[in-house]
Amino acid sequence: MKPFAYARPGDVAEAVRDVVAEPNAVFLAGGTNLVDHLRLGVARPDLVVDVRTLTSREVTDLPDGGLRLGAASTNSQVAADPRVRERWPVLAQALLAGATGQLRNMATTGGNPLQRTRCVYFQDVTTPCNKREPGSGCSAVGGYTRYHAVLGTPAVLPDPAAPESCIATHPSDMAVALAVLDARVQVLGPNGERTIPFTELHRLPGDDPSRDTVLEHGELITAIDLPALPAGTRSAYRKVRDRASYAFALVSVAAVVPPDGELRLALGGVAHKPWRATRAEEVLRGQQLTEDAVRAAIAAELADAQPQPGIDSGNGFKIPLVARTVLATVRGLLPEEQS
Amino acid sequence: MDAEITLRVDGEAHRLTVDTRTSLLDALRERLGNTSPKKGCDHGQCGACTVLLDGDRALTCLALAVAHDGAEITTADGLAPAGELHPVQQAFLDSDAFQCGYCTPGQVCSAVGVLDEFERGWPSHVTEDLTGRPEMTSDEVAERMSGNLCRCAAYVNITPAVQQAGGAR
Repeated sequence: MKPFAYARPGDVAEAVRDVVAEPNAVFLAGGTNLVDHLRLGVARPDLVVDVRTLTSREVTDLPDGGLRLGAASTNSQVAADPRVRERWPVLAQALLAGATGQLRNMATTGGNPLQRTRCVYFQDVTTPCNKREPGSGCSAVGGYTRYHAVLGTPAVLPDPAAPESCIATHPSDMAVALAVLDARVQVLGPNGERTIPFTELHRLPGDDPSRDTVLEHGELITAIDLPALPAGTRSAYRKVRDRASYAFALVSVAAVVPPDGELRLALGGVAHKPWRATRAEEVLRGQQLTEDAVRAAIAAELADAQPQPGIDSGNGFKIPLVARTVLATVRGLLPEEQS
Repeated sequence: MDAEITLRVDGEAHRLTVDTRTSLLDALRERLGNTSPKKGCDHGQCGACTVLLDGDRALTCLALAVAHDGAEITTADGLAPAGELHPVQQAFLDSDAFQCGYCTPGQVCSAVGVLDEFERGWPSHVTEDLTGRPEMTSDEVAERMSGNLCRCAAYVNITPAVQQAGGAR
């Protein structure tokens, strides 16, 4: 492991200043992803700035009926919070579907959405990867694509040698729930505070796959806010994976059905970012949530889906799997007589 | 780069100087001679290095020692301070919940954490009613213990051992 300096400043403002002053500095929170990357050589910082004990661990009520999750609150703490279980079950379910008890005790609200892809080539420093080493190419194209993207990718198959090629997916379950809940990210940076809608935190690879989010160097997540949902709202998270426990999603679905029936939908395991299914939501606006209507909506969402060929038949299986998982999730949220 | 830290391990305080790269696991094993937590994968995938870190089960391979200055750590060794076995350890013996034993200290620490999480009413992925109190069924225990791999596959005996220890409390 490359040597690095370690700092635990007195407060978050100092932590931001420390990171801003050192171009090759990173924030450390729970460490469940970063420490592994330090060991693998995927992350090679000169300075590690520990913020785990600097941001809030509290989960507090907001005046509008929402909830503020302090950045240092742990994944297990949030999943067990009675308010989250009662009013935002989609988030509790997503958190409980991720990782293991030990990891959830360490992983934090601020860190979870910033975890990096589990693309095997990203984690293997001996292979080309545009995300890890910009311009080196993409080993996943035509390689092992089972966990890779089908949405938000170019309409033609990417060129493995091109510097912009990246078909990685975002691995977080929590992030899919936060996307469907229209959570807001509170950020402190060198220019003060700003709020980022959760659906705009992560980005598609575009021309720079090395950047997962819109955060600038030195910007720190201090809290994530959950807006209130109307009384009577139902929500759920459904994850499909290769093992019953402790595995990343092949495909996952976060769904919210408010009393007015306007479905909100987000997908995991399908894109470089947690995928808010706005096209499906648009198709369903003002419609009854019948099986046929949901089927048509998800078909519209998947119209541009691009299956990736590769080892073990590639990942084309995700397209029908998304459709079925959405249907099953929505069916579970409708009152008996409607489903 | 070095840093000076204090770790309280199984009730005893230790002051030591560590390289900033040192994991909590290596600090315990190589510096303090506590070989109870095991190094399996060193990537947070196997659970053999599980301890109770400030009361909660955690993976010492993914924790930097320097980031846990002042932490209170209980290893499987520390669960039996005067040689008297913890109920979880006794239950593992009674249920023959291991073969080679390499994963056992991590399993035991994880199981102590699991029982505490049941006590606090924490739900899991397999809990039907998120707002209710989960029951200590074998499905619940298996899901909660999924972060501890056993290559001997003693799972069929580990699950009842955890349930027995839970019922005995």
